[in-house]
Amino acid sequence: MTAATEPANPGWTEGGAAIVFQRCNACGAKQYFRRAFCHACGSTELSVLSAEGTGTVYAVSHVTRAPTPEARAHGPYTIVLVDADEGFRLMAHGAHDLAIGDRVSATFNRFIDGLVPYFERTTS
Amino acid sequence: MSFITGVGLTAFGKHEGSSTLDLMSVAAEQAIADAGLKRDEIDGLVCGYATTMPHIMLATVFAEHFGIRPSYCHAVQVGGATGMAMTMLAHCIVEGGVARNVLVVGGENRLTGQSRDASVQALAQVGHPVYEVPLGPTIPAYYGLVASRYMHEYGVTEEDLAEFAVLMRRHAAEHPGAQFHERITVADVMASKPVASPLKLLDCCPVSDGGAAFVVSREPTGAVGVKVRGCAQAHTHQHISAAPALSEFGAEIAIARAKADSGLSIADVRYAAVYDSFTITLAMLLEDLGLAARGEAAARVRSGYFDRDGVMPLNTHGGLMSYGHCGVGGAMAHMVETQLQMTGRAGNRQVKDASIALLHGDGGVLSSHVSMFLERVR
Repeated sequence: MTAATEPANPGWTEGGAAIVFQRCNACGAKQYFRRAFCHACGSTELSVLSAEGTGTVYAVSHVTRAPTPEARAHGPYTIVLVDADEGFRLMAHGAHDLAIGDRVSATFNRFIDGLVPYFERTTS
Repeated sequence: MSFITGVGLTAFGKHEGSSTLDLMSVAAEQAIADAGLKRDEIDGLVCGYATTMPHIMLATVFAEHFGIRPSYCHAVQVGGATGMAMTMLAHCIVEGGVARNVLVVGGENRLTGQSRDASVQALAQVGHPVYEVPLGPTIPAYYGLVASRYMHEYGVTEEDLAEFAVLMRRHAAEHPGAQFHERITVADVMASKPVASPLKLLDCCPVSDGGAAFVVSREPTGAVGVKVRGCAQAHTHQHISAAPALSEFGAEIAIARAKADSGLSIADVRYAAVYDSFTITLAMLLEDLGLAARGEAAARVRSGYFDRDGVMPLNTHGGLMSYGHCGVGGAMAHMVETQLQMTGRAGNRQVKDASIALLHGDGGVLSSHVSMFLERVR
């Protein structure tokens, strides 16, 4: 289990360079989509944590037909679902050569209006 | 009890100059006439939504436009599952004694009423607005992710998926109302333009204009009754990031509940109408529903199992992939075709025995599911 740090930096959805999640202090459930209560038990006692940005690729799709002119301007990009080591799943961008099962770690790339997590294969 | 007493369906494709209300009206008129009813005998109305005509009260807008004053009336929104969810609702309304004849209607000028970009963007909004949409995904990308995982787990190949597009096109060739009639091959699908890997253009349904409608009634109005034998839903998530697992979807839960509700099993089914927004959608749903073993659906396509004269005729009108997809009306075409088959009115597409049919709709990214069994009664 990777150590998660608290308090969290602003996550990428708020303009920061971090992947942020919540952990329920009552039941231990993790959730990625932020809300005021635990989706599993309803407790409002939640910790907001920064993830290490490491995980395993769960699914991959290389997008050649982008939805908007702004997205198209970036050229083709790869969308991945990653199972973060802390125990939640997130959607992100990734390197074109990623495959299911790859161990990956995140940096942050500019895409359209903001920073988005970008996963590459862990080299070690 | 409830019965599907009348059906209406426009051709799908381009209806330049037709609005959403126009397309809904054409289909509704056909369905009411087909049921042998008069407009004033329609006391319930359930309609879907239209991306080209967002409105907080589309059902009453349509009722006023069409000229009916129902005693029960509202819209339903469950993405691609809307048609089947509306059918289930109409069944419940009729069984509950709330209305006698419920008009179910959907339609949209989705192709000519907006730009292709606008359509792609509107649909991508089923993704999470904060955690997914800023990454630039599309509906094909959500299903591309699903496909990558499913192929990984069950050894399904891109050529396997292509078989479903070829089958739907072969069926559409026999229906004059279908958007596409030109036969295609697995090689054509493989060579088509990449969209969101592993999905290519011919793995995807098109954007269409069109309308569809049917009437759900307390009693049959013709010699052959098409009875709703049982139905059920399952809703496991909205966003793909929050899906429980990309290889265990709600279709399995919905079909188990529908079997219990109807007392039927897959062995009883003679005709299948299954949501087919993408080749992967159809492949997975067939396997989730038990119409093929895991990873085996493509082999069944190759062997002719799902052909018009096969063991389990499937989407004989050509499905979303080749009849077309106009939004809510898209999957309603599956119901229209099923009712025609069950009443022996499918003409050159008629199958030999459609006595019991299984229908399944899916909305979102395999988020919402509706399974339904229909039975022919005389």
